[in-house]
Amino acid sequence: MKADPRDVLTGTYYIDGDIAIAYGALAAGCKFLGGYPITPSTAAAEAFARKAPQVGARFIQIEDELGAIASVLGASWAGQKSMTITSGPGYSLMMENIGLGAATETPFVIVNIQRGGPSTGVPTSTGQADMMQSKWGSNGDYEVIALAPDSPQEGFDFTVKAFNLAERYRVPVMLMADECVGHMTEKVVIPDASEIELETRRFYKGKKEEYKPFKRDKSLVPPMVKAGDGYKLYITGLSHDESGHPILDKKLLPDLDKAGVTNKKSTNRFLVEKIRKNRDEIIELREENLEDADVIVVSYGIISRVAYRAVDMARREGLKVGMLRLITVWPFPEDRIAELAKRIKGFVVTEINYGQIVFEVDRCSHGKTNIILVPHGGGSVHDPDDIYDAIKKTATEKKRYQGVLEYTTSLERSVFGGSMAEKYGK
Amino acid sequence: MKASEEEKKHPMENLLRMDRIPHIWCPGCGIGNAVSAFAEAIKKIEYDLDEICVVSGIGCTGRVAGYIKTDSFHTTHGRGIAYATGVKLGNPKMKVIVISGDGDLSAIGGNHLVHAARRNIDLTVICVNNFIYAMTGGQVAPTTPRTAFTTTSPFGNFESPINIPRLAEAAGAVYVARWTALHMRRLTDSIVEALNKPGFSFVEVIAPCAMYYSRTNRLGDGLNMMKFYYDNSVIKHGEPTENVDIGFQEEIVIGKFIDRERPTFSESLKSWQQENKTGKQGGID
Repeated sequence: MKADPRDVLTGTYYIDGDIAIAYGALAAGCKFLGGYPITPSTAAAEAFARKAPQVGARFIQIEDELGAIASVLGASWAGQKSMTITSGPGYSLMMENIGLGAATETPFVIVNIQRGGPSTGVPTSTGQADMMQSKWGSNGDYEVIALAPDSPQEGFDFTVKAFNLAERYRVPVMLMADECVGHMTEKVVIPDASEIELETRRFYKGKKEEYKPFKRDKSLVPPMVKAGDGYKLYITGLSHDESGHPILDKKLLPDLDKAGVTNKKSTNRFLVEKIRKNRDEIIELREENLEDADVIVVSYGIISRVAYRAVDMARREGLKVGMLRLITVWPFPEDRIAELAKRIKGFVVTEINYGQIVFEVDRCSHGKTNIILVPHGGGSVHDPDDIYDAIKKTATEKKRYQGVLEYTTSLERSVFGGSMAEKYGK
Repeated sequence: MKASEEEKKHPMENLLRMDRIPHIWCPGCGIGNAVSAFAEAIKKIEYDLDEICVVSGIGCTGRVAGYIKTDSFHTTHGRGIAYATGVKLGNPKMKVIVISGDGDLSAIGGNHLVHAARRNIDLTVICVNNFIYAMTGGQVAPTTPRTAFTTTSPFGNFESPINIPRLAEAAGAVYVARWTALHMRRLTDSIVEALNKPGFSFVEVIAPCAMYYSRTNRLGDGLNMMKFYYDNSVIKHGEPTENVDIGFQEEIVIGKFIDRERPTFSESLKSWQQENKTGKQGGID
């Protein structure tokens, strides 16, 4: 389905990432935003609130993030594309209902404009340290999808993509932006509505009395209905069977029939399977110069723009460096990393934290190559020289190390020491 | 004479998920009374069942959503009202009711109660107050009267309990009433009134927990507790809510305390959206 022209603010803008995200949500047909103000995400909620009456969308500022995300789930079940926008501390509060959203297979989008540091941290500065939280933050087993934009333009594009993925897989989708992307003002082109492809929610079409909210076909994603349509829905955060009724036996095992999809006992397994099985469809990567690469820089979000520069510097010197940018961070591109690890000297992973996605790269490399982390504590982005140095060292390194090595930035090296040969965490 | 198929049916059958019966509540529990009163009230208001939605939090009363045969959501602890706010805004034609316990609504969900009442959003909240966290095995609650024993106040509760009707009134609820599980007819009528009242309405139902509250305090079974309500409830309509605190085994003031008018969230939103549709007049850029 094409986007509704009434929702799309077609034009060329000079706006920040927060606003671009809000416009992306509107273009995707988002009709409900439950939010709570938190720096550096507020401009997004403001932009949405400002435009909401024109497109018949609703913005409500709830009393806290716990309530904001709860209202988003409620609105989603009422049939609306829904989202919330927040930053670190608010994101932490939302974990509770992210779990409910995953367990009840509720489609919605959460934007996290990441800030630097733990707890209140530095609200007006950047960071990428919520990446693991986005996967593991709520209790129990579940899978989510997370995307990482690197610019206001991608803020717009990926928000539309996030809604499409949420609707297709009935899953919470995280847009893991950061303060740089949120506050950076750049050119954003919003295309004509006819150029924006939207995923429509797959509604159940069978007999009303036969509807089971979690009965799925081979796609592993059950069709949905909405509250008010007379299905007498019963949706619970208790582990449930395909009819949505709680299962009280202690074995949370699926009961598969020959087709491998019917689930008369726990549906829990499907919460992870529907994402894992479809991961090739979900995962999007940007790859450059990987064919001849000895060293591959892995990065995502804002820091990939800095990494591109370092890669350029290295290539100009004749170093064989490639770039692997994660558009989809979760699910993680395990197979691609494993495949590349077999034939290169090392991965250089740059992220604005002290090591999160690098451990995923390490896990998927199966010890076949060196893994170098170029960390950054947040507040700003890396100096491209540091990434360049790490690339160069990796390209010339003869020894094979086990585990993740840290290539400390020049600034931190002066305080904490550290070199490539120094094992991470020592 | 043999009963016909129709007579064998439970009178609330079309309002209950019969495939989920028997329910999980203990003998003597008062939640069933609240559910009966609610179901009866739903019948009385003759509202389209397809457009009724029940949202619950967590706990014994949180399980109500699983037995009422309307669209129903059993959400996270305390978040029922916020979830319901989303449902209501997502589909404004729906009549949304939150049924949950005292701990869920006044402790972990207290903030949502306050702000939903402040907004005067069109929700009816039915709070079953049994003075204790029962699902988890009888721990002290914000509603537990002073001196009452619970598993986490083993020497008697020394904290002052919350007066939920007073909180609801102060926050802005337009309808506030309290009944006990004994006062079925009055409770039902009150829920009907609350459902018909535009804006945020709140009905507290004092209910026996015959398993934990009663046992730890040696109050007998559910019937004994109902007898206590019979002997010690005083109906005082319009009583200032500051006078309706509940002491341990003391008089329980019941009745309709508040019935007033304030602009509702929906009305205000509607006029606001009409005014701002063009995005030109007013507003900041």
